[in-house]
Amino acid sequence: MKMTLMPQIFHKILVFLSLLAATLAHAQLSIEITGAGANRIPVAIANFAGDPAAAQVVTATIRADLERSGLFKLVDPGGAPLDENSPVNFGDWKGRGADALAAGSLVRGANGRMEARFRLYDTQKQAALGGAVYVTGNDQLRAAGHRIADYIYEKLTGEKGVFSTRVAYVVKSGGQFKLQIADADGQGAATALTSREPIISPVWSPDGSRLAYVSFEKKKPVIYVHSLASGQRQVVANFKGSNSAPAWSPDGRRLAVVLSKDGNSQIYVVNADGTGVQRLTQSAGIDTEPRYSPDGGSIYFTSDRGGSPQIYRMGANGGDAQRITFEGSYNVSPRPSPDGKSLAFISRRDGRFQLAVMDLASKQVQILTDSHKDESPSFAPNSRMVLIATEIGGRGVLSAVSTDGRIKQRLSIAAGDVREPAWGPFNQ
Amino acid sequence: MKKLLIPALLAALLAGCSSTPVDETSGAPVDSRGGSGVTPVTAGGLDSRGLPRELTDPKSQLSQRSIYFDLDKYDVKPEYQDLVAAHAKYLVANRGFKVLIQGNTDERGSREYNLSLGQKRSDAVKRSLVTLGAKEDQVESVSLGEEKPKNPGHDEAAWAENRRADILYRAPDGRGEF
Repeated sequence: MKMTLMPQIFHKILVFLSLLAATLAHAQLSIEITGAGANRIPVAIANFAGDPAAAQVVTATIRADLERSGLFKLVDPGGAPLDENSPVNFGDWKGRGADALAAGSLVRGANGRMEARFRLYDTQKQAALGGAVYVTGNDQLRAAGHRIADYIYEKLTGEKGVFSTRVAYVVKSGGQFKLQIADADGQGAATALTSREPIISPVWSPDGSRLAYVSFEKKKPVIYVHSLASGQRQVVANFKGSNSAPAWSPDGRRLAVVLSKDGNSQIYVVNADGTGVQRLTQSAGIDTEPRYSPDGGSIYFTSDRGGSPQIYRMGANGGDAQRITFEGSYNVSPRPSPDGKSLAFISRRDGRFQLAVMDLASKQVQILTDSHKDESPSFAPNSRMVLIATEIGGRGVLSAVSTDGRIKQRLSIAAGDVREPAWGPFNQ
Repeated sequence: MKKLLIPALLAALLAGCSSTPVDETSGAPVDSRGGSGVTPVTAGGLDSRGLPRELTDPKSQLSQRSIYFDLDKYDVKPEYQDLVAAHAKYLVANRGFKVLIQGNTDERGSREYNLSLGQKRSDAVKRSLVTLGAKEDQVESVSLGEEKPKNPGHDEAAWAENRRADILYRAPDGRGEF
């Protein structure tokens, strides 16, 4: 597969992920890149040597990942395969404009397993930056590509890559709601739950094995915890009234939830098995959308206690709350970044609901989109991108936006509305 | 609503009197009674969901289950007080029946915040019912937020239809709408 490279920033680049994606277009998320970083690192991913079909899948995956991140500019590697032990003509690669080069091979090992080997070079320093071997099955070649892309990303940018992570989202199509899990590039979508009633607010357990969400299958909102591998579901909160807005504690042992069992919507905490419910807030208005800070010490939430919905922060055991947002009359859906440095939320400005990010140290707020119906932000585990649901042409799509607002990707499904995204944790 | 209430009451009275012999001398002249003035009522009938016809017959006020709210408002408007009172009266007279009140909002804004706003609407209806004599354990108020729009449109007319609380009934034998 040949990538189309466009030098201009913010030009639309369609990434055709694979023939498979095209044939399954109705079920797969397709990704369109609508913005890229200003200073992209030029990198060449040579055609890997060894098994040609396997090498093609792996290198195509690596290139698509790096391209999609918006941080790299792919340099044409030419045709000849280059393995991890081939001598490298650094002058030649520098001449092509590549600051970095990856070369490797796919070799069939014992019992049908594949070995993906690669080495990464700095063409300026004329030195190897490192390399690795991943043993993989034939059906896991894309996963190997994501692992290699993560390695390259981390070596060249200094932060962890998220290409091996997964996303959860809800597709509404033909009167059905499907809770789906896909790789971060939209591939390999699998349906965890199909329902005739809405599903909202999915959140990943910190270890990535379970999702908590709100399902309306009992004619009212009830919170479930769903183990992805076994498909086993457990009701965590089904009290009289509404049960919603689950949020995992960072240790995965508890969930902050919103219950109306004692009157208006208030924040409670329950054990992940549904036992030991305790009330955390005591306000006369609405308290909802709790989210733990990454250190587990505090909870951000939305409250209308001051007359309009605004974001507040309180201790993880409740108590006094400080107001965090002041600009505008509607600031909701707080999501602290995994690195603890910023807070993503949705802000209504001139009647438009837009993604905003606050730097928690300086309290500076930046609006990151120019759309009108953004909702449900979710940080990538490396805190660099925020995934949101938005609407384009009356249809629900997902959009990933970098925290500096420069890089934008759009994820859509041909035959349905996509909403309620949740970016999973790092692969463990 | 008032227009509907009167025929329903008349029908109920007529049905209640049907076994009593009519005193011909005290009645109005026969030729002044239009045959079309009588609404046939089947007492004790059940619809397919196992609920009394009284709750589902379009001619009955109790078949009206939706209470609409103004934008950013969460109180039951005066024009719906009669309807809420009729439902309260039914719950007082039929203690074995339960209702689920589902609050709804329009699509604008956060799904979870809208869920809490829809809860305020269903809570308002519940408070009215309980104030008028329904028992706490007969009434559950929940919210569907913006998730189940009655009108899927994206304009003011659609939003007005979606700012709503719906009353669902369940009979003592467990059959019903929820």
